Amino acid sequence: MASVPHDDHGHGGHGNHHIPKVSTYLANYVFLMVMLVLTFAVAQVDLGALNIVVAVLISVIKTSAVVLIFMGVKYNSRLTWFWASVGFIWLFALFLTLGDYVTRQWVHLPIGW
Amino acid sequence: MSSIPLQPGALGTPNEQARENYLNIKHTVASWLLTKDHKRIAVLYGLSISIMFFLGGLAAAGIRVALVRPHDTFFSSEAYNKLFSAHGIIMVFFFLVPSIPATLGNFLLPIMIGARDLAFPRLNLLSWYIYIIGALITLGAIATGGIDTGWTFYVPYSSVYSNTDVVAVIVGVFFAGFASIFTGINFLVTVHKMRAPGMTWFRMPLFVWAMYATSIVMVLGTPVVAITLLLVVLERVFGVCIFNPACGGDPILFEHLFWFYSHPAVYIMILPSMGVISEVITCFSRKRVFGYEFVAFSSMAIALLGFFVWGHHMFVTGESMYGGMVFSIITFLIAVPSAIKVFNWSATMYKGNVWLSAPLLYAIGFIFLFTIGGLTGLYLASLAVDVHLNMTYFVVAHFHYVMVGGAIFGYMAGMHFWWPKITGRMYPEGWAKLACIIMFVGFNLTFFPQFILGFLGMPRRYHFYPPEYQMWNILSSAGASVLAVGFAIPFFYWMWSLKYGELAGPNPWGAKGLEWAIPSPPPSHNFDSVPIVTEEAYAYEEIYARELAGDYSDSQVDRPVSPLNTEQPDQKTLEDHSSTEESL
Amino acid sequence: MSSAQLEVAPQRLAHQFEDIDQQNECYIVGMWTFLVTEIMFFGALFLALTVYRSVYPNSFFEAHLALNKWLGLLNTFILLTSSFFVAMGVRAKMLGQNSATQFWLGLTILCAFGFLGVKYVEYSAEFREHHFPGPNFHFVATQPPGGDLSANSQVASGQPNISSRDFPAGYHPQQLELHKRQLFFSLYFVMTGLHGLHVIIGILVLGSIWFLIRYKHPSVDDYMTLELAGLYWHFVDIVWIFLYPLVYLIGRQ
Ligand SMILES: [Cu+2]
Repeated sequence: MASVPHDDHGHGGHGNHHIPKVSTYLANYVFLMVMLVLTFAVAQVDLGALNIVVAVLISVIKTSAVVLIFMGVKYNSRLTWFWASVGFIWLFALFLTLGDYVTRQWVHLPIGW
Repeated sequence: MSSIPLQPGALGTPNEQARENYLNIKHTVASWLLTKDHKRIAVLYGLSISIMFFLGGLAAAGIRVALVRPHDTFFSSEAYNKLFSAHGIIMVFFFLVPSIPATLGNFLLPIMIGARDLAFPRLNLLSWYIYIIGALITLGAIATGGIDTGWTFYVPYSSVYSNTDVVAVIVGVFFAGFASIFTGINFLVTVHKMRAPGMTWFRMPLFVWAMYATSIVMVLGTPVVAITLLLVVLERVFGVCIFNPACGGDPILFEHLFWFYSHPAVYIMILPSMGVISEVITCFSRKRVFGYEFVAFSSMAIALLGFFVWGHHMFVTGESMYGGMVFSIITFLIAVPSAIKVFNWSATMYKGNVWLSAPLLYAIGFIFLFTIGGLTGLYLASLAVDVHLNMTYFVVAHFHYVMVGGAIFGYMAGMHFWWPKITGRMYPEGWAKLACIIMFVGFNLTFFPQFILGFLGMPRRYHFYPPEYQMWNILSSAGASVLAVGFAIPFFYWMWSLKYGELAGPNPWGAKGLEWAIPSPPPSHNFDSVPIVTEEAYAYEEIYARELAGDYSDSQVDRPVSPLNTEQPDQKTLEDHSSTEESL
Repeated sequence: MSSAQLEVAPQRLAHQFEDIDQQNECYIVGMWTFLVTEIMFFGALFLALTVYRSVYPNSFFEAHLALNKWLGLLNTFILLTSSFFVAMGVRAKMLGQNSATQFWLGLTILCAFGFLGVKYVEYSAEFREHHFPGPNFHFVATQPPGGDLSANSQVASGQPNISSRDFPAGYHPQQLELHKRQLFFSLYFVMTGLHGLHVIIGILVLGSIWFLIRYKHPSVDDYMTLELAGLYWHFVDIVWIFLYPLVYLIGRQ
């Protein structure tokens, strides 16, 4: 049944937010550039169906680099980690729609798309 | 539970009403329109959705009038199409989706977790303004010509062929979607970060859990329907080709995307009601909720599992048969967490010291109607049965049992339960019970015949029907007029109570929870000092024991002595009660 | 860690929060929750792209050849660079270095305009060649018909379920082929257009912050404003990271 008096409004303070080094940002940028060249180079090679897999994989790596370093999720709380991954994870639910398209023609129907 | 001294059952005094609260702190119009106080925004939202409910209800009345006669009715077929579209769009996007979250949720969520406000008060106000803009655009479009696509906006009719103002309506719905996204973001962050010291996840009231689950659905689902409807607009305006089968598109893709939101949207409507019911039932049974964790997790399970069932709307559209089977199975699975809730509510009332007040009456009505709505959903989830029932009045009856019988009864239960907290006045109990009974009878009379109509094969959205269906339609229309009376009565006694209602003390029901520990109506800053929570939610044991001993001073309202107490409190009942608690 | 010695500039506390850390985390988590909605928003478009690409692989391959992958590459480079710039800007603002912030922010906005400029060049070429969907849509295959990419060979080889069907009157395979390409361009214009809209919103947001910092407005004393705008800008970059390979670099099936 205790209570703590709440602070008066309008005052401030310093957060303990992590400030990354410039070299970290620079290294990340160089890494992204290498990945960009790789994206383009791989697309010039005919890997068949693997092309899109590799392209998406590289995009995921690039995205992770942006999210973790530039967006600072690496230095943030677990809650931020959680919400930063929720969107990407939940895309899987949406992409379950593809199951319909994969299986739609397993049964031959006289009409339909 | 908090540091605020509480006199249990104390009557509000005129002196107390003069105390500064969120209502009387300022009276100017600007102080309302520019407010950042979550309680005032809740009131603004409450007024707006009430207007939308009235307009949607008018459209429904038009539909029921038209269906009294099989042919040759009061409306042209075009007008009829516009009526049911307006009814669906207004009720779904502008009433049901914001109903409990934006009003009761906005008002109570911060107070229940011991916060001074939501995390983002300005975003909250912005949400209301966006909602109003969306509502005005949609209402304007409906008033100046209407829309005839139904609330589902199925392509290619909506994107190519309809001659009505689809674009404006969709833009309005788009705005409403953003309003609900902003509410969802606000609630999520608030629940995560703004809880008072000691308010752990498993001490949160179940209403907060329900709001959290609802917000997840809002955040994950709404953007998908927003982009889908935007694509319809682009197809209509710029002639791009995404869904139109005439140029290689797949209209079923539209249905996938639309229902990816719109099935979970059903849970946006029903989960908050379930949260309200948990609060009401525990309070008026004077018992801790049976299986707290199960009720909390079933909310989350419904919210998340609800994202994997959308394909059950498309069993007969040309969706893959195998997809249909999977969606059917998962739809059956989602009945499990819903059933857990119904079971736990019943178990909570069992051996409770039940006080049959108006909120509880509404809550029991909810359980009854939601059970019917849920069970008939299983008929529709069965692949074979759905072939017969799809697009018939059976579907209409089913989702009205869930959305009106469920969502609106839950809303009414919550509005009555927290009316003293929000306004500082009691509503007239007798009238409230009468309205509840009229509503319940009217509701069943309206929608039960529609199950039969659907089973007999009457398709939904049709203006004309064979004369043999007329009897059931007349019954349904008669029920609708009873239902309308039921909805009108609360409007009048609530207005009356604002001026003449008995003054409410801080805790008229003897309820547990932080919101009952602060004055009614609450002060602008909610808490004078940050409360420190030291106990679980719903610790009703002491009150239960007192009431069994004949001491009813915890509640302000004259509480009828329950049959349990006609005899002397016997030790066995008390022990029984505490042992049920421990066995959980 | 050496960077821990860098001190974050002071911030102001809003009334609903208890301390600065709670406030900062609320803002960052709130922004991420908003980005979740943006991810789902664009996710639906990527889903549509995946669906149609898997159904019409050859037409999509053929249609995408009309896009300029070099300009796409240039734009990806520009956006990734701007992401770096804005990260530097946020860092400077965190340390309270307002002029450095303005410098990095200025570069970011310059990049954003550069991106839109390149997009304008691409769009105008596509409009000139009637690649915008609608009644005037027109598409001449860049490779002479007869190869394994032509419409007829596609009908002959794969896709039995689509090609062996009787089409309604007026839909000849040749016309259907045109429709499929139009579908690609519909998705291309919608996706790049909505992304471009996000770029424009980003310019407006970052631009107003630049001006507010320039005129020392109190609302940007707190670095959090820029931090959140930065998160948004990085997200715009992420969308393009996926858009570029999936739209400009479609592989042969
Ligand atoms: Cu559903």
